[in-house]
Amino acid sequence: MPVFDTLTLASLPAADEALRAAVRALADEVVANAPADIRARSWSGFDPAFSRRLGAAGFLGLTLPKAYGGQERGPFARFVVVEELLSAGAPVAAHWIADRQSAPLILNYGSEAQRETYIPRICRGEFVFCIGMSEPGSGSDLASVRTRAERTTSGWCVNGQKIWTTGAMHGDYMIALVRTSGTGEDRHAGLSQLIIDLKAPGVTVRPITDLAGDAHFAEVFFDNVDLPVDALIGNEGEGWKQVTAELAFERSGPERIYSSVVLLDAWIAHLRATGRDDGATLALVGDFTARLATLRAMSIACTARLALGESPVIEASLVKDLGTAFEQELPVAIGDDLAAHPGEEVDAELYRTLMFVTYVAPSFSLRGGTREVLRGIIARGMGLR
Amino acid sequence: MSEFLEPFERMLEDVATPAAVRAVERGSSIAAMWGAFAESGFLDALVPEDRGGAGLPLAEVQPLWVALGRHAVPLPVGETMIARALLPDAPEGPIVLAVAEGATVVVPCGLVAAHFLFESGAGLHMVAAKGEATGVPASLAARIDPRPLPAPVAPSPEGGLRTIAAILRAALIAGAAERLTQMTAAYANERVQFGKPIGRQQALQQEMAVMAEEMVAARIASQLGCAGSFPPSLVAAATAKSIASRAAARVAATAHAVHGAIGISEEHDLQLFTRRLHEWRLADGSESYWNRLLGAERLKDARRSVDFVREAL
Repeated sequence: MPVFDTLTLASLPAADEALRAAVRALADEVVANAPADIRARSWSGFDPAFSRRLGAAGFLGLTLPKAYGGQERGPFARFVVVEELLSAGAPVAAHWIADRQSAPLILNYGSEAQRETYIPRICRGEFVFCIGMSEPGSGSDLASVRTRAERTTSGWCVNGQKIWTTGAMHGDYMIALVRTSGTGEDRHAGLSQLIIDLKAPGVTVRPITDLAGDAHFAEVFFDNVDLPVDALIGNEGEGWKQVTAELAFERSGPERIYSSVVLLDAWIAHLRATGRDDGATLALVGDFTARLATLRAMSIACTARLALGESPVIEASLVKDLGTAFEQELPVAIGDDLAAHPGEEVDAELYRTLMFVTYVAPSFSLRGGTREVLRGIIARGMGLR
Repeated sequence: MSEFLEPFERMLEDVATPAAVRAVERGSSIAAMWGAFAESGFLDALVPEDRGGAGLPLAEVQPLWVALGRHAVPLPVGETMIARALLPDAPEGPIVLAVAEGATVVVPCGLVAAHFLFESGAGLHMVAAKGEATGVPASLAARIDPRPLPAPVAPSPEGGLRTIAAILRAALIAGAAERLTQMTAAYANERVQFGKPIGRQQALQQEMAVMAEEMVAARIASQLGCAGSFPPSLVAAATAKSIASRAAARVAATAHAVHGAIGISEEHDLQLFTRRLHEWRLADGSESYWNRLLGAERLKDARRSVDFVREAL
């Protein structure tokens, strides 16, 4: 009988497809004057005004209940909106994490008061969230986090450090995985999630410049940061379970196939302008096209599982691993192609885009779970232990 | 799941056992196995209802083709379904499909076919022939020189015969890849080396995870190829065969890497599937053949890549 047959062709419902034109109009407007190398920075593009415009137009909180300011449309609607934003190269950093992960997490595990405090403003694009997972000594081995929150008479006192925190310098809040009891030896037990107000006394955020000259992630220090008792999300000690569910949101969207798509389109525009159409060129274009089409169908298949209320952890890992391999191969192959035709002029914008994507491509298979971690999850799904 | 898949799968388990597949490959009579397909009515799955067929949409036939691959069926069952759908007066017996471009062609299952349906120019030509063995051991593929062709029996289908053959081939690849993925994971859990099942080795787990990815990609691409009308569009067929052919070689390689020497042996069933993957990868256009055609279509189009794949499929 079939294996992994939960991933099967699905199509986007017409009602969700209908959102496309309106979100495209907004995205096209915001990128109208942006060169490809800026559009290629879609994920790290920080434009709070644009995020608020998306919120006002009903394009945030698509999977969240109306009671909290969401649209109650579901994962397919989110797929359409995200696909449009990323393929246009629109700046999404001001709402991305809050909309994708933080709000669903708060909805699932937060108290009623937390839901009412945070979710409506996330849906309006007003609150910027970041996720405090990695630490200097905790990368893929997340259970080894050492940032600690101690109970106080008034709530919690946090000490420690997070690093590689995307968007922390712009963030209003961090949802941090911290140890509330036990030690690293206890592994998954004793971990909890706290909402940390990044403007609280004792929080220091220091941006980290990356190899492409951007500062999209940061280190965050906590020095006796006092938080109220309701900073805890969900149950004390259940942070691991919550984080695992949160990562499933992160791994399963269309964002895992489109990181290099602005470069792909810039290269295709170059080929169309030069008129180059030899067999090797056509084969490379065709290979990318076939893989993009298939990955998109796989991503929609995964979205269909989300729409059924499942948490498709294995399926999402499968799509993400294959998707990031594609995203990483694009700059390698496009660089080879362009430099194999030295007589062809490559304009400065395409060259900058190529080099930007080339430099940041390694991050595609690090963020949200490394390639090796994902393959381990898939292997367990195949019954390998 | 298609309601037709379950009875079809049961029939395959019955008639296309590994022993039966090997017997056909050794030249035994195909009469019993072919008879089962002929009697089942499945050969007319794609034939319109007004011509007495089942008139199934392509998307419902696709799982049947995948099942043929999953069982390494050594007969041109899918090809005959296609020929019967295209021709009101198709002859009885197994039919294979080929495109005549002047040169001698290699056609899978040609040695067990009663007829070759050739496409040449704008027409389809039916040839009662046997073709010659390729000399590749156990292969049922035949070499055949299409020249001279008799008068055409029908015009070419829209988009050409190879486009239709490609989506069948992609589905067969997806099925064999599925079976190999299962066999490989099962073997890795049984085979003990260094005091533990080799499936506990992270290095092998990682390879097998990639194998599963390729297998799922081939299946989804095959579904994309069969999602539209019959005959399929060039973009749909090219996507399906490009991805499936690419996966075929990779999946076969990992299956063998994990099985070690036993997988190379004739007595192990692995080779029934990996040999077919290689043959099907080349048949009806490899990944590069379809990539070139797809690339040409893509470059005609000024839209974004996401819009192209979204609207063309």
